[in-house]
Amino acid sequence: MTTKYTKDHEWVSVAGDIATCGITAYAADQLGDVVFVELPNIGRIVSQGDEVAVVESVKAASDVYAPVSGEVVDVNEALAEAPEGVNEAAESTGWFTKLKLTDPAELDALMDRAAYDSYLAGL
Amino acid sequence: MSRRHAEEGDLVMAMNNVGRPTAAIANNGAAPTTFSGARGLLQPTSLIFETGSIDRTGVDLPPVKGVKTRLGGLARKSSTGNPGLSEPEAVRHYVRLSQRNYAIDLGMFPLGSCTMKHNARLNEKMARLPGFADVHPLQPVSTVQGALGVMDQLSHWLITLTGMKAVALSPKAGAHGELCGMLAIRAALDAQGQTHRRRVLVPESAHGTNPATAVQCGFIVDEIKAAPDGRVDLSDLKTKLGEDVAGIMLTNPNTCGLFERDIREIADLIHAAGGYFYCDGANFNAIAGRVRPGDLGVDAMHINLHKTFSTPHGGGGPGSGPTVLSDALAPFAPVPYVVTRADGSLDLVEHEADSDGEPFGRMVAFHGQMGMYTRALTYMLSHGADGIKQASEDAVLNANYVQACLKEHMSPAFDGVCMHEALFDDSWLEGTGVTTLDFAKAMIDEGYHPMTMYFPLVVHGAMLIEPTESESKASLDAFIASMTGLAKAAKAGDTTRFTGAPYHAPVKRLDETRAARKPVLKWAPPVEASKIAAE
Repeated sequence: MTTKYTKDHEWVSVAGDIATCGITAYAADQLGDVVFVELPNIGRIVSQGDEVAVVESVKAASDVYAPVSGEVVDVNEALAEAPEGVNEAAESTGWFTKLKLTDPAELDALMDRAAYDSYLAGL
Repeated sequence: MSRRHAEEGDLVMAMNNVGRPTAAIANNGAAPTTFSGARGLLQPTSLIFETGSIDRTGVDLPPVKGVKTRLGGLARKSSTGNPGLSEPEAVRHYVRLSQRNYAIDLGMFPLGSCTMKHNARLNEKMARLPGFADVHPLQPVSTVQGALGVMDQLSHWLITLTGMKAVALSPKAGAHGELCGMLAIRAALDAQGQTHRRRVLVPESAHGTNPATAVQCGFIVDEIKAAPDGRVDLSDLKTKLGEDVAGIMLTNPNTCGLFERDIREIADLIHAAGGYFYCDGANFNAIAGRVRPGDLGVDAMHINLHKTFSTPHGGGGPGSGPTVLSDALAPFAPVPYVVTRADGSLDLVEHEADSDGEPFGRMVAFHGQMGMYTRALTYMLSHGADGIKQASEDAVLNANYVQACLKEHMSPAFDGVCMHEALFDDSWLEGTGVTTLDFAKAMIDEGYHPMTMYFPLVVHGAMLIEPTESESKASLDAFIASMTGLAKAAKAGDTTRFTGAPYHAPVKRLDETRAARKPVLKWAPPVEASKIAAE
């Protein structure tokens, strides 16, 4: 399973043709306590860079972009009742969406962990 | 010394032989808690539903006799739940609540982006004149010529100050004014058959209402990046221009408190691309009387009367957001608007069919915020054009004074002079264990309403301070002394002063996260509340 990262602080983890997406621990930390997560409808087709979800914290509301193109096949319903799940485990159980990949080649242009870490270090 | 007896006619006063010390005896311990729950003259309060009791109701009416119900068994059987209070209890309840409030009438209110300037009492006096306060919106226009005259004069002032062609007075707040301007832009595009122009450019430092307004009008939003100096990145703007661009929404001065110095070029670029220029006029108070937005190439701009022209807001409201329009957009101004008839009388154009333009419609039921029109015009007439210019200059001077005095203790977000508000980031707090939020809470203990925090979003841990022209140098110096003291305390490791703040406010630190995650939106009697908790 490969995990890639975007400059907008989303992560995407791919197993087969299913990509699990969320926001990074860095993003969750910057947002502060997350109080609301708006998730897309299942079946929605998104292109890479489209707004796919909204995350709201005590500081700000932010759009979450689709790191890759695909069809929304699952969303993390648990976040609706317990948005704190994003702060607790942003890069595992705090995932937002599962997309069925339409263009796996898009992954190649995203950062791996080492590249993302050095990107963070430069912020 | 022998005691001398007073004799008749003696002028010697009787000696005070009660003898009591009047100075407090030093007490190094903590203040005792009180039996009443009051803290000195600050009375305890509870919710009005917890205070009231039906047997204390102030109005005592005898039971109504001889009335036959026609509700057919549908009459309410349970209590309405209204609290019962005597008049003094009701008055005390609200006065006690007001004592826990913070207001511009109480102290400096440096809430950036909001322009909490003094609301002149003369404005209030004029708005209460019976000829303005007691008119009805459905009165015949012949009986409200004075009120229409206020609208006409106010329109003249707004058009003159902005260098624009027309004004729609009716929008009822800033965002409503944005909606008015963007609907005018859409109407103009539709009239030209340019229905493919649906993309609106919005800088990333914009007020959140800008993209929301664009979407509300059926546009799609395209974000423009900020340059490192906090202004619009011109090269990014150029790449975003195209055949489908409807316009740009730009705030000037922007939300970082900086003047967009490329504004003429931005206007030319957007016009050359076939789009319109919407200017968010929320910060007009920094340039009113000095710069006419019409000269900068603006096509539409709302003006927050409740900011620039000192009408009340922040709970005292209501807002009012007249929108000025350029020659290109003026024909599309919404109804109603005031016109002068051939005989010199004033009239209101109420229907689109009666207009010689192409109004895009109507935004409000009646005329708009009449009471705010009177207050704003009073402010204009009492200041004069020169006074309005000076107010803008003083607002900018005050903000720069604050920035200059605080910059060695805190970190300004951008170099150079600012406009009407000073913006700091939180890099100076790094490693102290104190956040922008903690710092803001400590300001409450110092007796100040906190500055705007975490906005604009483009600045990390933003602290946006807008002193306005209302504050004297003495008042600014007191504020700066408090801020400097706090900044030094934060750097000296006095962390608990901040993380536990406010200590001295009537209500301590609130759990914003829990309030947002588990909001309690309806009051329930204490018994039910405990039952809910048990569940």
